[in-house]
Amino acid sequence: MKKIHIFGIAVIAIAIAIIVSTAGDASTYVNFSQAEELAMNGSNGSIHVVGKLKKDQQGQILDMAYKPELDPNYFVFTLLDNNNREQKVVYRSPKPQDFEKSEQVVVIGRMEKDHFEAEKILLKCPSKYNNEKLETTEYQASKL
Amino acid sequence: MIHTAYGNTGHFFVIVAFVSAMVATFAYFKSALSSTPLDEATSWKKFARLSFFLHAISVGVVVFCLYWIIGNHYFEYHYAWDNSSLSLPTGFVISSFWQDQEGSFLLWIFWNVVLGLILIFTNRSWEGPVMAIFALVQVFLASMVLGVVIPGLDLKIGSTPFLLLRESMPELPVWKTNPDFIPKDGNGLNPLLQNYWMVIHPPTLFLGFASTLIPFSFAMAGLWLKKTKEWIRPALPWALLSALILGVGILMGAYWAYETLNFGGYWNWDPVENTSFVPWLILVAAIHTMIIGRKNATALKTSFILSIATFVLILYSTFMTRSGVLGNASVHSFTDLGLSGQLLIYLMTFVVVSVGLLIYRWKDLPSDAEEVSTYSQEFWIFIGATLLCLSGFQILATTSIPVYNALAESFGMVLNLALPTDSIGHYNKFQLWFFALITILTGIGQFFWWKRTGEGRLHTLYPPLLITLLLSAIFITVGGVRSISYIVLLTAATFAIVANGTILLNIFRGNYKLSGGAVTHIGVALMLIGILFSSGYTNVVSLNNSGLMISRSEEFTQNDNKENKEHVTLWLNRPLQMGDYLLTWRDIRVEPRHIPEYIPKSWVEIIENDFHAVALRDIVVNDKTYYKSGDTLEIYPENFYYEIEYREPSGKVFTLFPRAQINPRMGLISSPDIQRKYNKDLYTYVSMVTNPNEEGQWSATEEFTVAMNDTFFVNDYVAILDNVVRTDKVDGITLGEGDAAVKALIRILDNGQEFVLTPSFVIKDRTVGRKAEVSNELGLRAQFQEIDPQTGQFTFAINTKQRDFIVMKALEKPLINILWLGTFVLIIGFLMATIRRFRDFLKNQKKELAQLPKVKKMKPQQVS
Repeated sequence: MKKIHIFGIAVIAIAIAIIVSTAGDASTYVNFSQAEELAMNGSNGSIHVVGKLKKDQQGQILDMAYKPELDPNYFVFTLLDNNNREQKVVYRSPKPQDFEKSEQVVVIGRMEKDHFEAEKILLKCPSKYNNEKLETTEYQASKL
Repeated sequence: MIHTAYGNTGHFFVIVAFVSAMVATFAYFKSALSSTPLDEATSWKKFARLSFFLHAISVGVVVFCLYWIIGNHYFEYHYAWDNSSLSLPTGFVISSFWQDQEGSFLLWIFWNVVLGLILIFTNRSWEGPVMAIFALVQVFLASMVLGVVIPGLDLKIGSTPFLLLRESMPELPVWKTNPDFIPKDGNGLNPLLQNYWMVIHPPTLFLGFASTLIPFSFAMAGLWLKKTKEWIRPALPWALLSALILGVGILMGAYWAYETLNFGGYWNWDPVENTSFVPWLILVAAIHTMIIGRKNATALKTSFILSIATFVLILYSTFMTRSGVLGNASVHSFTDLGLSGQLLIYLMTFVVVSVGLLIYRWKDLPSDAEEVSTYSQEFWIFIGATLLCLSGFQILATTSIPVYNALAESFGMVLNLALPTDSIGHYNKFQLWFFALITILTGIGQFFWWKRTGEGRLHTLYPPLLITLLLSAIFITVGGVRSISYIVLLTAATFAIVANGTILLNIFRGNYKLSGGAVTHIGVALMLIGILFSSGYTNVVSLNNSGLMISRSEEFTQNDNKENKEHVTLWLNRPLQMGDYLLTWRDIRVEPRHIPEYIPKSWVEIIENDFHAVALRDIVVNDKTYYKSGDTLEIYPENFYYEIEYREPSGKVFTLFPRAQINPRMGLISSPDIQRKYNKDLYTYVSMVTNPNEEGQWSATEEFTVAMNDTFFVNDYVAILDNVVRTDKVDGITLGEGDAAVKALIRILDNGQEFVLTPSFVIKDRTVGRKAEVSNELGLRAQFQEIDPQTGQFTFAINTKQRDFIVMKALEKPLINILWLGTFVLIIGFLMATIRRFRDFLKNQKKELAQLPKVKKMKPQQVS
């Protein structure tokens, strides 16, 4: 076997390893019920859940609390997933700006006993400069 | 008045540019075909050149029209209305040109024209085939801004920047009543982009994108004309220049992100960043194989593949960021303009044409007679190039996850894959090892390249290895590096510096012009060390260690109460110990346009929806009076700066001004301020503020009637009326004869601090005036209501509100300056290499030209 062939095989092997590992690291979009199932089965990988904020008839957001004077690093809110299941979400970072304006919220994190622990929040806000379009902003909980 | 002329001219010349590019493509194609007779080929070439000149002029006119529309604030045009505003300073008006997709396509088209013209004038011998590719690219790019609807088919091609508002938003009711309606002001530029880096970063990046077309075109031309080796000489300097410009463009973006965005870093592995970084990696790999491609056939074949891959990846990157396929995976992708179909055709055309041509010519490419030796320079450079490609492949494989979803969807499947949550960790775990290996190879490769080592002479590598181990042992101990992967990377980078430095010293004695490679490699190694320390050892200073139990719930008490408390709340004028520093938030400042410093917000009254403010007092900065009280001054109405005083243990005081931009459409946008020291940056930003434009809600008035020296409680504070004294001066009121004024001194105690409020009571022209005093620190307003001479008691009206606060975060980034130093070294290295290869090309071209007359004499004989 020529050197170039060994070399080629090595390259292909690394490429396959990369693909496999990428597939392993990739997260998935689920709803809260699926998230709970995953957590029950012992999977603790992070997942994406798409949802909307819980609002009353007047469009006021319900069940949301952020008290920077007590703790700037604790923000809790309630998210309705696409099946309208309600879930308490905890985000250990300051409340993202524009949170109230968002039409769609993607929380990324994992399910805990009584709440969803968000590591990252993606907000879809009505686009800043365009009235018809939505725009995404990303927020990440800080880590030590 | 609606200025339709500019839009019509612009739109017309877009069409001319599109058509002339098509004509030029065809004519250049004909001129380069071997089947075309020579005299015809010459006239085809002349015709093609004329078409390209016409194309160039049209593009110039289009760019001018769009700029004119934006620069003169013709808000009847959607593009001007959408991206600029009256208050925008001139520098940023330029950047609103490329804020939207159409403008950025135009910028790209413009750069291609410039590069095309340079090639026409500097490289006549390759003009035909190279410019045929250029013109074809221009056809596709021009089609993106065409904005033409094909009647009957209802097919819209491209999106024009010259739409009037009434054409782009015909559903607005205002057109029924007033078809000539012109908005008074535009939407303005995204405040994040109002930054000088955003004026030069996009043009640089797009020049980088545009220049990758040159090595690609030469590779294509080489295949086409069967000049399978000759194309490298003219292509190499351009490939180097392209890597330089693209690299600088990417780094500018990174620096902008560091300075302006508040995610606390320069690189976030965002899809948009990745898709420009991957082509750069592949381009660098291509440069390396091109350098050895004239000697080694495997490298030559790889050079073709990589030159093609670079350009195709640029197209893929364009497709990803502009088609909307990234969806919510990226923070800063363009909005979908409905061009995804067109972009896909553009991408697929070039994939099919280039890959097809390569396969068609593959058997004509030379192959190596004997196997390459493990001790040869070619072998090691080739390994390095392969690693660069694998590194790029890994980034691309993950970044393309949204594309897999879209692909699956188009086959009727649901994939629901999402990007890794900890994307930074995901990429780093691969890239760290790739780059450790790559940097080691830069050293070994240079040793083999300069024949400093080889078979049986490997011992020449020992001295640099020894120095490396010594140095890195010192670095590891001093820097406190504990993680294995960091130790490996640090050692690898040190080796690269030592080995390349050794080479550099040796070449420098001979001909320094040849040392571009070694210099560039040292730059890369320095950058890696800078990245390693600044990112790997980022230190959060703003830990909330007040010791107060914030919440008793389990998630707070677990983990030693330390759960992610990286942000601290600062109350106005209340010092807080944070790490080594004593922090105090002093004030909010605003940014006047013609004064070198920020001024306190309380000095001016900002006029709503305008970029002017009225001075409430004389504005004196550095002993110079800029404005008198009552003057109007220009400011940046969205920018507020939070004056945060840092007191070091040594007693040294410095102040940082992190910025918050309050934009009616975007809410609050926060940008950091950075204290730069030689060995680390202190990076501070506010993550939440009380809106400086709103006064806050005052509570209902509460009245207190007290005697002198009485103690009373307001809003949990202890207040003492210390005295009531006569005063001659009350701010904002001129006292005449017969007028009288007194002020009360109310002392308020809070947490060991004392504040004194002095509301005044004025009798002026026989009427009573009450001048309230507000303390933002306490969230209190006190007004002197009444004096009862009979009882000797005084009545005060007190209102309370939420005290002003900010939530902020501070990080320390050690050794980040090594990263920037490495950047400069890298740029210098690339420049040296580019100049060297251009010289090489020019020398060779002169030689060829000297031989040319003979050829010319021969050819006519053949024809006749």
